[in-house]
Amino acid sequence: MTHLDGNAIAGVLEQLFGRDLTLASSRCTGCGAMREVADIHVYRSAGIVARCPDCDTVLFRIVEARDRMWLDFRGFSSLQVRS
Amino acid sequence: MPFDPAFRFNAACKTHTVGIISRGFRGRGRGDDSGRLPPGQYATDDFPVLSAGPTPHTPLDEWTFTIEGGAEPVRWTWDEFRTLPTETVTKDIHCVTKWSKFDTDWEGVSVDALLESVDHDRAYAVAFCDGGYTTNLPVEDLTGGKAWVAFAYDGEPLEPEHGGPARLLVPHLYFWKSAKWVRGLSLRDEDEPGFWETNGYHNYGDPWREQRYWGD
Amino acid sequence: MTETPRVRTLILDVDGWPGHRAGQHVDVRLTAEDGYQAERSYSLASAPEDPPALTVERLDDGEVSPYLVDEVVPGDRFELRGPVGGYFVWDADALPEPLLLVAGGSGVVPLMAMLRHRAAAGSTVPAKLLYSSRTYEEVIYREELERLDGRGDGLEIVHTLTRAQPLGWTGHAGRVDVDLLREVSFPARRNPRVFVCGPTSFVEAVAEGLVSLGHRPGRIRTERFGGT
Repeated sequence: MTHLDGNAIAGVLEQLFGRDLTLASSRCTGCGAMREVADIHVYRSAGIVARCPDCDTVLFRIVEARDRMWLDFRGFSSLQVRS
Repeated sequence: MPFDPAFRFNAACKTHTVGIISRGFRGRGRGDDSGRLPPGQYATDDFPVLSAGPTPHTPLDEWTFTIEGGAEPVRWTWDEFRTLPTETVTKDIHCVTKWSKFDTDWEGVSVDALLESVDHDRAYAVAFCDGGYTTNLPVEDLTGGKAWVAFAYDGEPLEPEHGGPARLLVPHLYFWKSAKWVRGLSLRDEDEPGFWETNGYHNYGDPWREQRYWGD
Repeated sequence: MTETPRVRTLILDVDGWPGHRAGQHVDVRLTAEDGYQAERSYSLASAPEDPPALTVERLDDGEVSPYLVDEVVPGDRFELRGPVGGYFVWDADALPEPLLLVAGGSGVVPLMAMLRHRAAAGSTVPAKLLYSSRTYEEVIYREELERLDGRGDGLEIVHTLTRAQPLGWTGHAGRVDVDLLREVSFPARRNPRVFVCGPTSFVEAVAEGLVSLGHRPGRIRTERFGGT
């Protein structure tokens, strides 16, 4: 399957964090690359898997059920958000 | 930002699960009388491709399948693997994203046949794959004619986008347990939740009891 | 409003709509009577100066798009989340660098919002749209694009048809490749802001092509659609 990008999950992220994250930059724990969230590769299957475009390290995962969500953001070592 | 004010839906509103009904929207057909559809599923003729990452492309001359955790690791190259006895099976498959597909044809080596070469007394397994995906299963759910390492679908070699050259096939559980691009099984005494099981998906995943998520 | 045999524009009446920026999208959620829900994202097609509108393409195996294109009538309701997105947006009052838009199929929708905004704001920023469609009949907003092109306000529109061209077609044929990009785009030294939208493979090929022509990756913003 082909991937999308962080734009595709802008709504989910804004709902979780209360702000637009597409312009936020993440630092990948795999390779150290800094990328805007809009640029990262997003795979949607049983859940949302966001991967570093440079090394495919999983940056974060989100699973949505009807009334719950599970988040795992261990793939970032830092998220830079503009205030 | 929550869903629009006019028809408010807010994920923080934890028990609010019913939204504005959209007249005439049915989504895909759900429910059938045949008894073949587990709860909450719809039947499809397609074979959707869903992945958690890019499709790996391991050349066959580099491919191996390893079972570790027994008295010693056992490994097959592709050529060795293809000398093992195979079975052709027809199964219904059920994805947790709600589609089910009836009468899918597969050819593969049963996990029973693979485990014959392994001296072990472990209760649990983790399937590990190219690309890093993992899923966990009790050994009991991999044996007794319930699981295969499948290399052909519908009479043709399994395509990479569907998990080729070989994937695990465990049709009695939700299809996320039928790990694509499988490269081996790690046998162990303790259960170790895999990729989806560590982030919300049910540890066992029986479609007939609708075990999709934690706590189901 | 029907745009093409498979594409329809829905103008929405949203209580308390906060306004949007050109390029943003909304997440649409449909709930069936039995509680079943499906959710998809659609780009806003309208300029910020106008009420929100979505342009939806019916996907053959789609679950939501056939409903929105074939079933929905005025008065029907569904839920929206948004507008969302601060990355893939263009504001007419931004700096006056040239604007290069490259669209693959329904990827034209957010770029159309940008062009409609540009016209409504009376902007004369040099702009080019390179729009790839399969056939002439499938070109979305075909007549309006012709009108915008003819305004003489610095906008140039170039079409390419990849699958079939009508008799007498004088536009381009075939996929967008580096040669077409080189011929049509602003040169990199003019430092245009670039927006590319369409299927993932289209977007990545175009972005790569533009980088090979000297455009800085940081000047190219991309939005990948699912579907074909």
